[in-house]
Amino acid sequence: MNPLQETFQQTESILRTENANIYYGQFLALKGINLDVQKNKVTAFIGPSGCGKSTLLRCYNRLNDLIPSFRLEGKISYYDRDLYAPNIDPVQVRRKIGMVFQKPNPFPKSIYDNIAYGARINGYKGDMDELVEKSLKGAALWDEVKDKLKQDGRAISGGQQQRLCIARAIAVQPDIVLMDEPCSALDPISTIKVEELIHELKEQYTIVIVTHNMQQASRVADTTAFFNVKVTDQGNRQGFLVECDRTEVIFQNPREESTQQYISGRFG
Amino acid sequence: MLSDNPDSAQSLWGINNDSLEYNPNSNRTRFGIFMTGLVSLFTAIAIIPLFVVLSYLIINGIEHISFNSFFELPPQALTQDPGGFGNALIGTLIMVGIGLALSVPIGIMAGIYLSEFSHPNIAYWLRFATNVLSGVPSIIVGTFAYGVLVVTFKSYSAWAGGFALAILMLPIIVRTTDEALQLISQDIRQASVGVGANDYQTVLQIVIPSAVPAIVTGVTLAVARAAGETAPLIYTAGFNQFWPDLKLQALSSQPIASLSVLIYQFGISPYENQQQLAWAASFILMILVMLSNIVARIATTKRNF
Amino acid sequence: MSFTNNSASRTIQSRSAKERTLNTGFIVFSQIFAWSVAGTLIWLACLVGWQAIPAISKFGLGFVFTSSWNPPQESFGVWPEVYGTLASSFIALALSVPIGLGVAIFLSEDYLPTPVQRVLVFLVELLAAIPSVVFGLWGIFVLIPFLKELTPLKSPALLPAALVLGVMILPTITAISRDAMINVPQDLRQAAYGLGATRWETIIQILIPAASSGIIGGVMLALGRALGETMAVTMLIGNANQVSLSLFAPANSIAARLANQFAEASGLQVSALMYAALILFGLTLAINIIAQLLVTRLQKI
Ligand SMILES: Nc1ncnc2c1ncn2[C@@H]1O[C@H](COP(=O)(O)OP(=O)(O)OP(=O)(O)O)[C@@H](O)[C@H]1O
Ligand SMILES: [Mg+2]
Repeated sequence: MNPLQETFQQTESILRTENANIYYGQFLALKGINLDVQKNKVTAFIGPSGCGKSTLLRCYNRLNDLIPSFRLEGKISYYDRDLYAPNIDPVQVRRKIGMVFQKPNPFPKSIYDNIAYGARINGYKGDMDELVEKSLKGAALWDEVKDKLKQDGRAISGGQQQRLCIARAIAVQPDIVLMDEPCSALDPISTIKVEELIHELKEQYTIVIVTHNMQQASRVADTTAFFNVKVTDQGNRQGFLVECDRTEVIFQNPREESTQQYISGRFG
Repeated sequence: MLSDNPDSAQSLWGINNDSLEYNPNSNRTRFGIFMTGLVSLFTAIAIIPLFVVLSYLIINGIEHISFNSFFELPPQALTQDPGGFGNALIGTLIMVGIGLALSVPIGIMAGIYLSEFSHPNIAYWLRFATNVLSGVPSIIVGTFAYGVLVVTFKSYSAWAGGFALAILMLPIIVRTTDEALQLISQDIRQASVGVGANDYQTVLQIVIPSAVPAIVTGVTLAVARAAGETAPLIYTAGFNQFWPDLKLQALSSQPIASLSVLIYQFGISPYENQQQLAWAASFILMILVMLSNIVARIATTKRNF
Repeated sequence: MSFTNNSASRTIQSRSAKERTLNTGFIVFSQIFAWSVAGTLIWLACLVGWQAIPAISKFGLGFVFTSSWNPPQESFGVWPEVYGTLASSFIALALSVPIGLGVAIFLSEDYLPTPVQRVLVFLVELLAAIPSVVFGLWGIFVLIPFLKELTPLKSPALLPAALVLGVMILPTITAISRDAMINVPQDLRQAAYGLGATRWETIIQILIPAASSGIIGGVMLALGRALGETMAVTMLIGNANQVSLSLFAPANSIAARLANQFAEASGLQVSALMYAALILFGLTLAINIIAQLLVTRLQKI
């Protein structure tokens, strides 16, 4: 076994996926996934479009429950608890495992209320002004918006909106923040800001990020998981995990040929 | 950055902060169950009037309707005569027919202009005016028709009633035509222009034919609306105990009966035979209106307001 | 050779000249018809306004606040009608806004399987198809006797009129609010759920505010309908020229006043009725314009 891989397996795992098959109706979107997400690390999901990165990510906070045809086989656990056990409340899960979406989606409310919303519904009893300030600082947005907290959250730039969404997600103090291509709708400067932010956030949070940008994965991620998609005999596009390892390994010395091809752009 | 001390975090976020379990006793869960129950109840409340009204109509209508109802004149008060609504049925058909004759050509042409030829800004304001016209209370439309035609003819008439109905139908037809034409893909227009067709040839021979089902739906809905209207007929068409005179001249000089005005007048009448005829007429009117609505809605999913 | 060519090009030319005229004619024709729709609206306003001038110059604004209706003495005022119109409409709104919004929520979020949802939506919309005179008839023979059993009601009055009005405007509120709720972008829902909001926290704090301009537009449209609704109100409200705060007292409405008296009016009374019609028209026009602006804003988003 590769010495690097040994250290890789030593850290504590916070999300564990075991033999997961994910269906939309009859359609098997992801097959046989086994994957650990390490605590306080940044894990990147990369792979071609349609391989199921978003699908898996949304399983982690049970957001797929909103899709009636969705079905999961296998087990996903958070620490040692089965996230899909019948007594688990998805609402509580989502509060512990937050999400930042591809397109910035601030609520049609003031900047302040965008952040306070999650805290209020989750029964936060502390000083709200303080929490708003802390969260905005945490998302490196405070200096830019501190004079316009009453303004509509949609009235700021796209990059600022995305950081507002990150601030909103961390205001409820989750354990894990899931990010689905958080920079794909942003300009390069905003992208750099969000990437820097991710670096800071991993002190406190575990981050799982989906990205199409190889450089971004290599810049921000400690661990990278490469997914691929194959066409089955019935003509369905079925996603699967190719490999998951430390980012350096994936980018410099991957085990699989297809990974090598994908990261060097010789794919498809 | 955020709270470093787990104990203080715990107290700030309440007791259940770390629990992942479903808690049937939490206020949030209870509130959700309560609200879901409430809106299901509201939905039931909203549906009930439909069934209640329909069932009374069916029960009372069937009890008082007969074959003769279609061919006889309304009964006089204080008789045992059940009578019929023959003249009112014909009157309704005549006035809806006049309404159609006026509103269909104008409405379809206006819809064509809006979707095919107009500048977007002009179209915006014309659509706006169309929608506002459709919100004018029907009694006001009656007042207008009175001022235009009853004053001119110095008599209630089928024309005045039909004119009022036309104004009520017009916005529905304009809107459905406009929307139907907008749904036709641009390719088909370009293909037609590409073989050298003029605008009007393209519209009349290519675009309109593909939009016919939707336009028919709109016209059907307009008929359903017009057939049930009463307010604009009371002082434009008035009421008549006798068979309508179908000569062109009479259509502008004689009041004419209609199902809806008959229901109104006999519904508030104290005489039982007249009240019973009102139920019978309602039953028929309802069948007319419901049928056209259901047919129109099955064809496309359109609303009638 | 040259001969054929010439004649061919001449035919094409003459044909296209003729067709160009036809084409322009067609477009101009359709344009005239389109403007005639807007023209009708203006014509209507002018005609009603014109006929109302004698009454306006005689009674002025005091018309709205005077309670007498006495044709022989030519003294007219519509305060009871204005009161009855507003009271019946607002009671109807108070009943049907919460119910209509509740139905819109129930039939727009995924509480029910889609086919069931579609049937229920259809049934609610069918309610809008029942002619108002039929509601009136039903009110006289079913609702009023029923209310007489249960309440102090003794005759046609404000309460039955407002109840039926509430039922009649329910489909408008439901349909437009439902459209507005469905049009709220899916990613706002996901953002709220992603923060750990329950379904109802999402609905009340995110979806309803986001859909509010459409919902308010729907409510305004419904209000416009309620104010102008004639037959059911005329048949149920009691047509009494009085202002009473009791729900069980007979009242009147502008539309009912028109329906009852236009047929036998003459002279200044016609003008007074036109003045009343003008007031009703102005009121519904203003409300409709606001509603249209709100609803079109919704469609643009
Ligand atoms: N709601 C859904 N219903 C049915 N099928 C779905 C649904 N969402 C996704 N899929 C299918 O599941 C597969 C995986 O989709 P997913 O969005 O997870 O891919 P992805 O890797 O995130 O792609 P991308 O890089 O384009 O975002 C695709 O084939 C997609 O068509
Ligand atoms: Mg994706």
